[in-house]
Amino acid sequence: MEKTLPMPRAATAKKINMNKLANRTLHYLVLTLLAVITVYPFWWTLVTALSTSGDVFTYPPRMWPENPGLDNFVEVFQTIDVIAFYKNSIIISVLTVAGTLVVCSMAAYPLARMQFPGRNIVFGAILATMILPSEVNFLVNFITVSKLGMGDTYTGVVLPGLAGAVGIFLMKQAFEAVPNDLVDAARVDGATEWQIFWHIMLPLARPALAALTILTLVAAWNQYIWPSIVMASPDKFPLSVGVLYLSGAFSFKIRVVAAGAVLTVLPILMVFLFTQRYFLRGFDGAVK
Amino acid sequence: MTSRKNTLQAWLFLGPALLLLMAFSFWPVGFGSYLAFTQYNLIDAPVWVGLDNFRELFADELFISALKNSALYLLVVPAIQVLALLLAVLVNNQLPGIKFYRAAYYLPVVTTVSVIGVIWNFMYTDDGALNAVLRWLHVINEPIGWLSDDRIALFSVMFVTIWRGLGWYMVLYLAGLQSVPQDVYEAAVLDGANAWQRFWKITVPLLMPTILLCSVMSMLAAVKCFEEVQIMTKGGPMQSTYTALFYAYEFGIKSLNFGRALAASLVMSVFCVALAWLNFRYLQPRKK
Repeated sequence: MEKTLPMPRAATAKKINMNKLANRTLHYLVLTLLAVITVYPFWWTLVTALSTSGDVFTYPPRMWPENPGLDNFVEVFQTIDVIAFYKNSIIISVLTVAGTLVVCSMAAYPLARMQFPGRNIVFGAILATMILPSEVNFLVNFITVSKLGMGDTYTGVVLPGLAGAVGIFLMKQAFEAVPNDLVDAARVDGATEWQIFWHIMLPLARPALAALTILTLVAAWNQYIWPSIVMASPDKFPLSVGVLYLSGAFSFKIRVVAAGAVLTVLPILMVFLFTQRYFLRGFDGAVK
Repeated sequence: MTSRKNTLQAWLFLGPALLLLMAFSFWPVGFGSYLAFTQYNLIDAPVWVGLDNFRELFADELFISALKNSALYLLVVPAIQVLALLLAVLVNNQLPGIKFYRAAYYLPVVTTVSVIGVIWNFMYTDDGALNAVLRWLHVINEPIGWLSDDRIALFSVMFVTIWRGLGWYMVLYLAGLQSVPQDVYEAAVLDGANAWQRFWKITVPLLMPTILLCSVMSMLAAVKCFEEVQIMTKGGPMQSTYTALFYAYEFGIKSLNFGRALAASLVMSVFCVALAWLNFRYLQPRKK
């Protein structure tokens, strides 16, 4: 730094404090403004879903519900089969989480702890899937799933997403952190690789398994395009797809559509609020 | 340790993941590239047509304008990166309530894109909240047709992409910021550097790898964007919000014209690879 700067010493302590206060106020002002922009659309939707009378669109926009009540939510249940949508979302999410945990941790174990020919090639291939333009895969995967007779099935929705590079890397890192002594001792005692994997690795990798569970759960619950392509019969739609059925056929009932939107996001926002640290930590190693 | 048995076991562990990756990550690239040179409708066997699909593609004005829109979509990248970095710097501290702000910015990231579409359709209608706020602030007199005016609909959709991506990149930047050693800042403060100088001379250079990673990620996401379009505008009004991948989606999934759809997505893939290559070629921090 070449410029000579005014020395803070010159300022009195009081002035520094005033500056600090002004800075802090500005800081919170910017934070709050941006938070309003991200949160207000959600708030508006919640307020609208809870209002039971008055105009939907007001000037200036509504801040609090008018005659708050649950009528709109009741109407959602009367209009579409929300219970079935919930059931489908839960089935898809549970199958996805269970499958991802099994497939990714199994694949990660030999990559982390075993020496075998072809290891580097396999590792490179898994890495390569991160670079492939995977967003365009849905076209061919739709063909594959249809030809395998898995169209309009939960299997068809779940299967293509199970083996993810991120999940494999996450588990690989966790397994690499397990102390060598433990594994060597087990091998000396005659434990098979499967036993080492099952009785030593998985229990010690519990934090990574938890992280993978949460991240996969949220992604599975929220996925929209793929299930909307695979599922043909509306009674198999997950909520994320079903909610659009509501907004398409009953778009004039804004409050009911808003209630449907609230019902869709509520469970996953609850999960998020209690597991924030898994998301906001920045997936430590997974990204680097 | 018998190495042949060991090798067999390693491949058994890897089996499920490798099978799935083969079927749903590598197969789409190979088979998809082949189908781009055929006529295929899911029922009859593919018929080789050479470059016909590409000729039709580039003769189709809709595809050309879709391609332009996808390129235009790159405008979201600087906006999203600058805002996300700003957010990360603002929340990278222990101020009271900061956790609340972090969660607030992340909310759209854990919301399914279908609900985001529903919510923003509410915000964007003529008497919706956005027009109401702008009228209230005396910025406009007449409501703006955010999604019904073909000159601005694409930009409205782009804004939603920025809105829902901010939190994601904020977390990535936050992870980067937390790996910057605190004593560098303390030394700079002692030398009299102000916040602005500290940001440009310390934060930005040290975060360059993260900035590069995030820019590439958001560029590829931007040119491949189509979920928002599919939910909010279906390409309209007057086909003004068609993006290249939405074009592929419409031709493939809706019209079962897989040859044309995969030709379009092959063009996109080449475009993406070129973009990623350019980034790493020219934005890589120079090693001395």
